[in-house]
Amino acid sequence: MSWWDNFVIALQGATSNKLRSMLTMLGVLIGVAAVIILVAVGTGSSAQVQANINRLGTNTITVMNLGRFGGRGTVGTQTSAATITIADVRQIEDPTQAPDVKSVSPAVSTSTDATYSGASDSGVTVTGSTPSYLTASDYTVEAGSSITSSEVTNRQRVCVVGQTVVTDLFGTANPIGETIQLGSSSFEVVGVLATKGSTGIENEDNVIIAPYTAVQDELTGESQSFSELLVQGKSSSTLDLAESEVESILATANNTTVADLPFIIVNQASLVSTAESTSSTFTVLLAAVAGISLLVGGIGVMNIMLVTVTERTREIGIRKAIGARKSVILAQFLYESVLLSLLGGIAGVIIGFIGSRFRIDGVMPVIAPYSIVLALGVSVAVGVFFGFYPANRAASLRPIDALRYE
Amino acid sequence: MTTSPADGASPRRRPIIEIKHVSKIYAMGEAEVHALRDVSLTIESGDFVAIMGASGSGKSTMMNILGCLDVPTKGWYWLDGVDVRRLDEVTLSVVRSRKIGFVFQAYNLIPRTTSLANVELPLAYAGVRPKERRARAIQALELVGLADHLEYRPNQMSGGQQQRVGVARAIVTNPALVLADEPTGNLDTVAAEDVMHIFSLLNAEGRTVVLITHEADLAEFAKRIIRLRDGEIVADVRTAPVEGSPPRLDAEHTIRTSSVAS
Repeated sequence: MSWWDNFVIALQGATSNKLRSMLTMLGVLIGVAAVIILVAVGTGSSAQVQANINRLGTNTITVMNLGRFGGRGTVGTQTSAATITIADVRQIEDPTQAPDVKSVSPAVSTSTDATYSGASDSGVTVTGSTPSYLTASDYTVEAGSSITSSEVTNRQRVCVVGQTVVTDLFGTANPIGETIQLGSSSFEVVGVLATKGSTGIENEDNVIIAPYTAVQDELTGESQSFSELLVQGKSSSTLDLAESEVESILATANNTTVADLPFIIVNQASLVSTAESTSSTFTVLLAAVAGISLLVGGIGVMNIMLVTVTERTREIGIRKAIGARKSVILAQFLYESVLLSLLGGIAGVIIGFIGSRFRIDGVMPVIAPYSIVLALGVSVAVGVFFGFYPANRAASLRPIDALRYE
Repeated sequence: MTTSPADGASPRRRPIIEIKHVSKIYAMGEAEVHALRDVSLTIESGDFVAIMGASGSGKSTMMNILGCLDVPTKGWYWLDGVDVRRLDEVTLSVVRSRKIGFVFQAYNLIPRTTSLANVELPLAYAGVRPKERRARAIQALELVGLADHLEYRPNQMSGGQQQRVGVARAIVTNPALVLADEPTGNLDTVAAEDVMHIFSLLNAEGRTVVLITHEADLAEFAKRIIRLRDGEIVADVRTAPVEGSPPRLDAEHTIRTSSVAS
């Protein structure tokens, strides 16, 4: 009895009641398709979160001095004494003191109204910083030029504007070279930023970036300290080192300890790893739900195989009476249950592929290759596992009992 | 393996079947049913035996024990010199596959499967290669006059044709012993005679044939007639010698292959 003979017999068995076999396969199909689609949704949403985080910049640490604005409560024990000054920035820039820092961009930001010949845009985030801020926070200049270091030094009132600002103030006109009003001061537009999209928290295209000197002079009135530092690390692996270097410099400068530093420090790498662990929990949860439906499908296979064995008791008796060994009967029914679950599994993979082409709740599913291998493997295992009991029951029947069965 | 002890009336030929003091008791709830009571029987190789008896006389039980489908409650059974009680499940299936061809009253063909595939099945279980399997199955079907019904399924054939497929399946492995449990029970007279002629042909080839029948005129095909009643042998009559042709072998008998398909 070759495997082919067994396969043919199993195929005849499976096709003898087509509707029932189809329904059995449907159970496995739904399970496998659910595993593939839900894991793809998990992977897709994880990729999306990753992309959002990457939009914040590349390998960055953001130091925010919330104490200066007082309103949102205080961090640490000190309330308002801590500041970020240009001297701190120079120290962080010093490669001997902070060897893992690639660049540091001090920033002041405020929210103001921008107007241009009658058109206005309220609540624009105006950030005063240095040229490196644009690179670190992943902004690219689409048209015109960026702000320059000499413009920073010379306190020139120039700015680059985001797409939303362009649309609101200029419509379709070319904004380069035009002068806009920010509060009571006028700034010349030198460049336009490429669109960045929304992080889900704020519209990153509704921004204006200008030299921090000019913003301090004209808008915030502060000349000594910064509300934010955007530090870019040399690589993602040394970002934690860079963070501690920055922290200790700031702690020394403010006569305090790292633990008591009244700043919020956001390390992008830790943000990424938090997001990753959240989304992997999410994916595992989805896979578990799908796994349960695959298990239910497997129980369906077992149920049908038990019915089939009962129905074919007489046939089993005949086969045994004409010389079929126990192992042959076992193989016949195992082949049949594996055939059902494998065909169901393959159909499930196809449905999974089709289902993963659609956007689900704003998430574009990304098929994880392992989920296909896993789902198919599990469906075969389900066939073997849930087929074994009925098959063994069939194989263990005594021929005379099987033949007498009506 | 145990060889049978020498019988009192030392047989001239090697016995293919030898049962001694065989009893079979079925438990039916509280009551016990004695299907066979201390039956001893020796059947020589080449014999053609008809077992007769009313229903409930134990003849089917005896046939199932002879065919290794059932085991006796008490007693010994040597098949071709082998003590069957000592065989395990796997060896028993080999014995069923190599030594015995079983024909059932209800034909017991595998449904939805062609005659050819049905007849090939015992060979497949015996591990014969597909090509040889097919050739031998066709040969067996030719012998029973069904050469032109190879691709018919059981539900496309008459009872007589189905039973002839059953006979072909029983003989395809070339067994020394052909057992038939009321093979003509569901057949009309013409089909029954066809089947009995096939058994005569098989016996003339030297095969041992043991069959159960109700009908006295069909029992006349056999060389020896055994009657059972209430689980005991009440008569054992030899009507023709073990050697030589079966009494009603008719070389000219032709099987009507064109029997109407039902």
